[in-house]
Amino acid sequence: MVNLTKRIGALVLRLAAFGAALAALIVMVTSHERASFFAVSLEAKYTDMAAFKYFVIANAVVSVYSFLVLFLPKESLLWKFVVVLDLVMTMLLTSSLSAALAVAQVGKKGNANAGWLPICGQVPKFCDQVTGALIAGFVALVLYVLLLLYSLHSVVDPFLLQKS
Amino acid sequence: MQMAVSKLVLAATSRKSYKVLLGLRVLAFSATLSAAIVMGLNKETKTFVVGNVGNTPVKATFTAKFQHTPAFVFFVVANAMVSFHNMLMMAMQLFGGKIEFTGFHLLSVAILDMLNVTLISAAANAAAFISEVGKNGNKHARWDKICDRFATYCDHGAGALIAAFAGVVLMLTISAVSISRLAPPNKCSYSTAATPSVIP
Repeated sequence: MVNLTKRIGALVLRLAAFGAALAALIVMVTSHERASFFAVSLEAKYTDMAAFKYFVIANAVVSVYSFLVLFLPKESLLWKFVVVLDLVMTMLLTSSLSAALAVAQVGKKGNANAGWLPICGQVPKFCDQVTGALIAGFVALVLYVLLLLYSLHSVVDPFLLQKS
Repeated sequence: MQMAVSKLVLAATSRKSYKVLLGLRVLAFSATLSAAIVMGLNKETKTFVVGNVGNTPVKATFTAKFQHTPAFVFFVVANAMVSFHNMLMMAMQLFGGKIEFTGFHLLSVAILDMLNVTLISAAANAAAFISEVGKNGNKHARWDKICDRFATYCDHGAGALIAAFAGVVLMLTISAVSISRLAPPNKCSYSTAATPSVIP
């Protein structure tokens, strides 16, 4: 009975992580804005920054992986592999989130020492959508860290449960 | 329960994974420490001619420091934290004595290693993408590249980045080895741990 609750909890976690990664992906992809500025038109798309492209790709990979693991049967031998893959996916999520955050921070505040002006004043809607995508990515990351701990526990279980 | 404890002890002190883990930790410690130090001491000052007043050129001095970019500050701090973690784990492995053999210790080492893997990969990637903007500029946002003017700064930063990425790969391997040490040696899929011939 306890096992069933744990399994349902893990499935719910993974479904939530899949949803968060998918949301981050979709919000980032649909973010574009065109602003006209003294006869100079500036169009901001997510493909302008390499970090945002990496963010989209990483979240796509994580979404597809989560979707596939949702259907993994309980007694499959692949669960040990899932621990390693969960770690790799968490690494992908942190690296893409941190890279996108670093670039977005420069876009919002600029970098006076390098002579880089902030662009958020000119394309506020784009900036807001990117912020939303980053928040969804952060939620996906937190859920994935919890999932990683759960997969580790379920694979190396019952031994450690008795010890600690 | 006693048999289970001794099985775990044998898994933890099995000589191959013990030496491998120690060697990997030494490498990861040196890689992340060198990345932190090289980026921490990264500074370049240059004077440029910014204009002409009549016939005399006007010079101004510019400095490129790592503190100017928050991503690089995060890079230095994260690399320092990960190298400290590796040093701590090495010390515990060498001088830990009896604590090393408890399940709680092995589990906490595995979890801490996993968290540090994510930390170092985040830091390395953030610095990498910011450096890419600094090297190539960004036409859409009208951000100029700075590497053509501060070549030494960029080179040192690139060296620190390479060391950090080596640290990422090493930390991932260390994490995998720590997780594999958690399993008792009789499991058929973990054949790297030495299987005991006699169960005490």
